[in-house]
Amino acid sequence: MFDPGPIPGKRLLRIRLNGRWREDAVADDQLLVDYLRDTAGLTGTKTGCDGGECGACTVLVDDEPIPSCLTLAARCEGRSVETIEGLAAGGRLHRLQQAFHEKLGAQCGFCTPGMIMAAEGLLRRQPDPSEAEIRAALAGNLCRCTGYVKIVESVRAAAAADA
Amino acid sequence: MPTLAGTRDGVPLIDGIDKVTGRARYTADLDHRGAFVGRMLRSPCSHGQITRLDVERARQLPGVVAVLTGEDFRVPYGVLPIAMNEYPLARGKVRYRGEPVAAVAAIDAETAERALSLIELDVRELPAYYEAAEARAADAVRIHDDKPGNLEREVHHTFGDVAAGFAAADLVREELIDCAEINHAQIEPHAALAEFDPFTNRLTMQSVSQVTFYLHLMLARCLEMDESRIRVIKPFVGGGFGARVEVLNFELVTAMLARAAGGKVAMELSREETFITHRARPQTRIRLKLGLGRDGRLRACECEVVQRGGAYAGYGVITILYAGSLLHGLYDLPAVKYDGYRVYTNTPPCGAMRGHGSVDTRHAFEVLLDRMARELGLDPFEVRRRNLLHAPTRTLNELAIMSYGLAECLDRVESASGWKARRGRLPHGKGLGMACSHYVSGAAKPIHWTGEPHAVVNVKVDWDGSVTAFTGAADIGQGSSTMVAIAVAETLGLPIEQVRVIAADSATTPKDNGAYSSRITFMVGNAAIDAARRLRGMLTEAAARRLDCDPADVECAGGRFHVTGATDRGITFEEAVKAALVDQGTLTVKGTFTCPPEAQGGKHRGGAVGSTMGFSYAAQVVEVSVDEDTGQVTVDRVWVALDCGFAINPLAVRGQIEGAVWMGMGQALMEETRYLNGMPAHASFLEYRMPTSLDSPPIDAQIVESIDPNGPFGAKEASEGALASFAPALVAAIADAVGVDLDELPATPDRILDALVARRRRQRLDAVAGGGR
Ligand code: FES
Ligand code: FES
Repeated sequence: MFDPGPIPGKRLLRIRLNGRWREDAVADDQLLVDYLRDTAGLTGTKTGCDGGECGACTVLVDDEPIPSCLTLAARCEGRSVETIEGLAAGGRLHRLQQAFHEKLGAQCGFCTPGMIMAAEGLLRRQPDPSEAEIRAALAGNLCRCTGYVKIVESVRAAAAADA
Repeated sequence: MPTLAGTRDGVPLIDGIDKVTGRARYTADLDHRGAFVGRMLRSPCSHGQITRLDVERARQLPGVVAVLTGEDFRVPYGVLPIAMNEYPLARGKVRYRGEPVAAVAAIDAETAERALSLIELDVRELPAYYEAAEARAADAVRIHDDKPGNLEREVHHTFGDVAAGFAAADLVREELIDCAEINHAQIEPHAALAEFDPFTNRLTMQSVSQVTFYLHLMLARCLEMDESRIRVIKPFVGGGFGARVEVLNFELVTAMLARAAGGKVAMELSREETFITHRARPQTRIRLKLGLGRDGRLRACECEVVQRGGAYAGYGVITILYAGSLLHGLYDLPAVKYDGYRVYTNTPPCGAMRGHGSVDTRHAFEVLLDRMARELGLDPFEVRRRNLLHAPTRTLNELAIMSYGLAECLDRVESASGWKARRGRLPHGKGLGMACSHYVSGAAKPIHWTGEPHAVVNVKVDWDGSVTAFTGAADIGQGSSTMVAIAVAETLGLPIEQVRVIAADSATTPKDNGAYSSRITFMVGNAAIDAARRLRGMLTEAAARRLDCDPADVECAGGRFHVTGATDRGITFEEAVKAALVDQGTLTVKGTFTCPPEAQGGKHRGGAVGSTMGFSYAAQVVEVSVDEDTGQVTVDRVWVALDCGFAINPLAVRGQIEGAVWMGMGQALMEETRYLNGMPAHASFLEYRMPTSLDSPPIDAQIVESIDPNGPFGAKEASEGALASFAPALVAAIADAVGVDLDELPATPDRILDALVARRRRQRLDAVAGGGR
């Protein structure tokens, strides 16, 4: 029979994922992005690069936008992790989702989940950002389709809708 | 003119909510349960003979379910039927560093990686060529046996009397312009998921393709399978820009692994591998000579282009033809000579990229025209205005120009940018530049010419009143499915929400030539309107029966069919459907679109390339700041106007214009693939720098609607035409800002500094010479 070899260290991870506590066995070296996509089945979070270059994997950990491809799942023990799937609630799109949809902040959409989570991180600490603040907050999130014009517009519209 | 879904601002994409909620599933997000993991071993050397490839130890590794080498592929592939010289895995010889030579499928990624490390590969190295000039040297060894001089294709076209043109010109100038190789860098890495059912011998392939039909065709060819046993489905695709028009090696390998394993195989390429797969815009050297009259009229053009094509044919022949053929079609040129050379080198194969073939030559043309206008004391806008075409017309190389909105594009950006008041009056270090460009709305002659229509769309209406359009066109983020929904809804007088679009699944949708050369709006849009009109005809007849009147007296609007002039005498769309289904059942109608032969270009060799039903036109103004100490160029603002015929979805058109301008900016300012002895030195987003949100300016995008006589509602393409004018406008703006003329792209700080140093040296020499006089 096939011998899978030595089993790397595993642990029970307890995190609050999109508002709900859950427990999973995870390997010590499992990346948060793989945990989200493969274990939790939340494929909204994307992988666009070989590590830390594109921002497509951005999620919120305790309200802070972080690249989930550079974060170990185990480091999120006891913390709150939010992904794109957690934003819409009660049958309504989140204000950023609504704005990105209506203003064409998403073309191919591949950068969009990371972009929206990075923008949400910004709006939580700065509800009324200037254009310069928006551009700075999204500087780690690459988009190849939009030239960022409608992305910036979307974030501004969402911030205004919030006020 | 159509009202188009009731709004002239445009509508959000019909799949937009899927994208903003994270529901949209791209290839790597599909159901991978039970899938084996595919991985490829790549050549560590740039050029050599494979002397040993031993996969036995990999095969023996527990958990490995399939191992392939080039010997498993007997048939070569390629996007052009005339130039198929590539195997999914190298056979006998490797021709670039990173070329796949073997592949494995295993129960998990770790096992697959371990299996790759057990493969033994020996290569006897051959001289390798990383520059076109080296590969063309007399003593260079051949990269492909049948191509002496490593010349893939040369093109020589002359139209008009070039010598007479130069003789009649008041000013003749020649420049050598170099443009770096760049990459599409779509954010979604390459991925494929193939499932082979060994019991029914059927293959289902899902991939990042822009042209599922080519993929289908090449799968059948390379796996030597019956086409009818293959199903190709396009999931959401995270950008293409030309990268995914050609069938790519990993797609064929994934399918072959699935068949060898008798199951499902998932292949996800790293970012580095995605860069190495390449197929993008080649490094290009342009020697351009123009003759200009004092009146600003262009008298003659002579252009030589050398493209470093990489190791395999791919699209190369088409790219080198486009580079010459699209010298035409923007301005009125009385004489043009073009010589193109496409060269094989030991670098990853180049291919099609947004603005295919035309971008670098357009750059050189606009740059030189700008300099010559300056020399003659002519305003850059004026010199363009003196050379406008007048539609309808045909160019020297037999391209049909049916609509032409360039004059209005010029007016728009001239006034929006405040050109007249501001040009030449900005402080030193700031500058304005302008340029123009154009692009085809679909290649009028498809590569795989079969005699079929250029596009087919089916529309189904059923008892529940729902309308579903079926198209093989690949929506890769440009919004083509939304365009189809609008075209059908508008024709049937329905709100867009009532139309569903099913796209790019060979089991359900009609064949389509896919997302390339900006063909979808023009061709698929027309086919969608045709289908919807036929359906409207059937529903009108049924409504006439119910209303007891002549079908000619029935009008279809606002979700109702009513008697002309008597809106109260009518029935709802749903009632009309029910009436039409009596004795018939579910209705499925077909619409088609065909480009007539007279639109398919000249009879000369390669004359079909560049031919199209309609050209888009663009003009743009770029404003820059140049820091003379650091060489840093900052783009402060861009004003652009695009003639897209009629804007079916203005919101999406603006998005496309902005994206194209921005992509042109990336090429102009910073993007560059570099190889160190054949090793990619750019294969990550840190090394392949493209503009971030901080580097990106506001873009004022204006739409000019020239209303094309053949376009769907008068529409033409909107997503490529504006790209090529960015770089020359930037170079002109830099010249305006600091007085240096840049002959190389991209305009990186080191190149700017070099040019500034050279200028100062020249000024000093001039001063010395002047002092001695
Ligand atoms: S996947 Fe690119 S930064 Fe995480
Ligand atoms: S929308 Fe395509 S990468 Fe941003």
